[in-house]
Amino acid sequence: MMRTLTLMAVGLLLALPLTIQASDLLPKVPLPAGKDKCVEPTDVMRREHMHFILHQRDETMHKGIRTTKHSLKECINCHNAPREDGKVAHIESKDHFCNSCHSYAAVTIDCFQCHADKPENTNYRHSLVENTLPHHPEMSGSALTKDTLNVLATKGDAK
Amino acid sequence: MKQLPTDPSRRNFLGKTAAAGLLIAPGVLLHQVAQARPADEAASSKVRWGMLVDTNTCSKGCDACVTACQTENGWGGEHSNEVKSSPEQQSQWIRKVTLRDKQNGHEQSLPLMCQHCETPPCVDVCPTGASMKRADGIVLVDKHICIGCRYCMMACPYKARSFVHEELHDQKPYAPRGKGTVESCTMCVHRVDKDGTPACVEACNKAGHQAMWFGDLNNPNSDISKRLKEYGGNQIRADLGLNTGVRYQGL
Amino acid sequence: MKKKITYTEIEGRSLGYYALLVVLGALVLLGAGAALYMEHNGHYVTGMSNQIVWGMPHVFAVFLIVAASGALNVASISSVFAKTAYKPMAPLSALLAISLLLGGLVILVLDLGHPDRLIVAMTFYNFKSIFAWNMILYNGFFVIVGVYLWFMLDRTMANYSKYAGFAAFFWRLTLTTGTGSIFGFIVARQGFDSAIMAPMFVVMSFAYGLAIFLLVLMATYSWRGAELGDGTVRRLKNLLGVFIAGAMYFVVVFHLTNLYMTKHHGVEAFTLRDGGIYTQLFWYGEILVGGVLPLILLYLPVTGKSRIAISFASILVILGGLAQMYVTIVGGQAYPLEMFPGKEIIASSFFDAGVKSYTPTLAEALLGIGGFAMALIMIPLALRILRFIPVSMADAEIDPHYREAK
Ligand code: SF4
Repeated sequence: MMRTLTLMAVGLLLALPLTIQASDLLPKVPLPAGKDKCVEPTDVMRREHMHFILHQRDETMHKGIRTTKHSLKECINCHNAPREDGKVAHIESKDHFCNSCHSYAAVTIDCFQCHADKPENTNYRHSLVENTLPHHPEMSGSALTKDTLNVLATKGDAK
Repeated sequence: MKQLPTDPSRRNFLGKTAAAGLLIAPGVLLHQVAQARPADEAASSKVRWGMLVDTNTCSKGCDACVTACQTENGWGGEHSNEVKSSPEQQSQWIRKVTLRDKQNGHEQSLPLMCQHCETPPCVDVCPTGASMKRADGIVLVDKHICIGCRYCMMACPYKARSFVHEELHDQKPYAPRGKGTVESCTMCVHRVDKDGTPACVEACNKAGHQAMWFGDLNNPNSDISKRLKEYGGNQIRADLGLNTGVRYQGL
Repeated sequence: MKKKITYTEIEGRSLGYYALLVVLGALVLLGAGAALYMEHNGHYVTGMSNQIVWGMPHVFAVFLIVAASGALNVASISSVFAKTAYKPMAPLSALLAISLLLGGLVILVLDLGHPDRLIVAMTFYNFKSIFAWNMILYNGFFVIVGVYLWFMLDRTMANYSKYAGFAAFFWRLTLTTGTGSIFGFIVARQGFDSAIMAPMFVVMSFAYGLAIFLLVLMATYSWRGAELGDGTVRRLKNLLGVFIAGAMYFVVVFHLTNLYMTKHHGVEAFTLRDGGIYTQLFWYGEILVGGVLPLILLYLPVTGKSRIAISFASILVILGGLAQMYVTIVGGQAYPLEMFPGKEIIASSFFDAGVKSYTPTLAEALLGIGGFAMALIMIPLALRILRFIPVSMADAEIDPHYREAK
């Protein structure tokens, strides 16, 4: 894991000088409409994203901390939101922001052996309003919680 | 509108942090039940989540809990993403079991899943620490460090764990699962963390059986504790002394 | 006065030598291919399932690991119990111990759901886990036996070899106890839950390890065309007989104690009477092939002196050992978990009722055999490079108390 991450960092750094000649081949990390920056500055993200994700992974997994700033799920929600035609990129495709960079830098990742490579709700459009963090698709219109509430309410379980 | 049907106990425990939560994430909490544990706060051992199954009301033909779990967590069912595995190899996080008493022939059915033991054998045996128990009593597999040795499956007295035998696609974002790792019921930890109820419990109630209950076992005022106090509840394989978080009535 | 023993490497130029390497190498390659195939596709290409979680690879792996510690016996007898007659064979015994353990571990690792995460297994330790302890035991075994070998082979260090021998002896007893405990600790399964599991594994390891050692020793000397004294063979085969009898004794005790405890009646009836393939493997494989027949072959005056018969008996012990592992590991899982005392499960979508079936596929069998072959191929390779064996094992050369047979 650490090795992969180091390789990842080295790969990205090596990739930088090439950017001048071949800008077409460059990896693309699309931002959603209405957003002009990620949760961290680009150069920080480029070097550190794996550490952010790794840290958050342990926090969420072991402690149940579910802040969204550095969560992989949020990366996906933002950067791999469905396009205008409603299609979403899969991890195998170069259009997927993770793969576009990682195949460029020749660094393999195994995140998506388990993790979903697209947002859950593919109708999901990213909020156009700035500063509405966290932007959880399942939170704002939460079907589950509403269900829970309804069921429990009609059952008279409420005290 | 009726009063919010949250366990009063949970409100007490979480009440003190709700104000802070409002400051951190106003956008969310406007839509959300205000008692949820804030996203940046770790699960606490003051709480012990548990479930109670009433085998008397659990209906024999019904598998609403199983279907709900499948939809929620993206395993099995009609659209199973395990297409190559044999039925014996496909994952099952929760299953329905029908029993017959050998003496009097009494038949009953119950859902069986990870029992979220207080002293889980899977956690004891796991060589890497991938099998783990959260502070609030939920037993999980950290698939990032699971090496797929399956020792935990050997050790589980309930056969509650499954191994993923093939490459998967289209997982649910909040229920990651993949080839070569072990998985089991998470007590819908992603929902519980947002003050929700496990999908199976919800589905059972929705189907009108009211055979499953979810709540904080540590709090004497929670519905589940009160019910347990009044009617009692057995552990499966109580002889092992695992102090399971899932209890059964009428067993 | 003690004679000085000269050690040698083997020539390793004969056609037979290369043929041996080719055969074993091919098996290793097949095993590697099988592992890649399993790793690439996932475990659905095996017969293992969520019902039978550990299968053929584990049968071979556990057998080899157990045998590894037993193979060290000869060395231990020479160093710990100061029996000079065993001393010339000590390096070969240590070498075999290392190679068998390596073969077993390779199988275990390649069967993991994530062999690529081996580094995780090495860096994240759960110290409560007997499995994690075993990883430490295995690594320590390599180091200690390695050092022991070095002290034995390096004249300047020879004085210390005795201490290294002691260390190796205790380490390997712990190691086998640990391996046995992997199963003994599984309280959930009626077939495993027994304190006798660990000592039983220790005694079985003596028999398996010595059987393999005897075969390797006899093969090495007959292929080299060098002399291997009758005294040595007789001593080893008698020892093997004792170990087999000891293992049989533990098997009997194991089943008797289980029969004594009412809660284990079900699983005993399963193994001893109603278990189908497992019952057959128990009686014909474990008891007949692995115990009774080799004992007869080793002790009957007609066959007891024939090296062919002794080799045959050793092979039988190995086969019986594999059968024993199969009955223990797979049979222990095939027997349904007893979750609801007094009740029977009449329906379940997850195969809770009735005996679970397991049909190993070619891939997993090849993985197991490949690991075995890998353990064996290391012997001829190592023998060619380093001086592990005495030039001659003639009785007069190695045994100070040797007298011509009456
Ligand atoms: S399969 Fe994974 S979770 Fe289970 S014991 Fe092995 S490493 Fe731990």
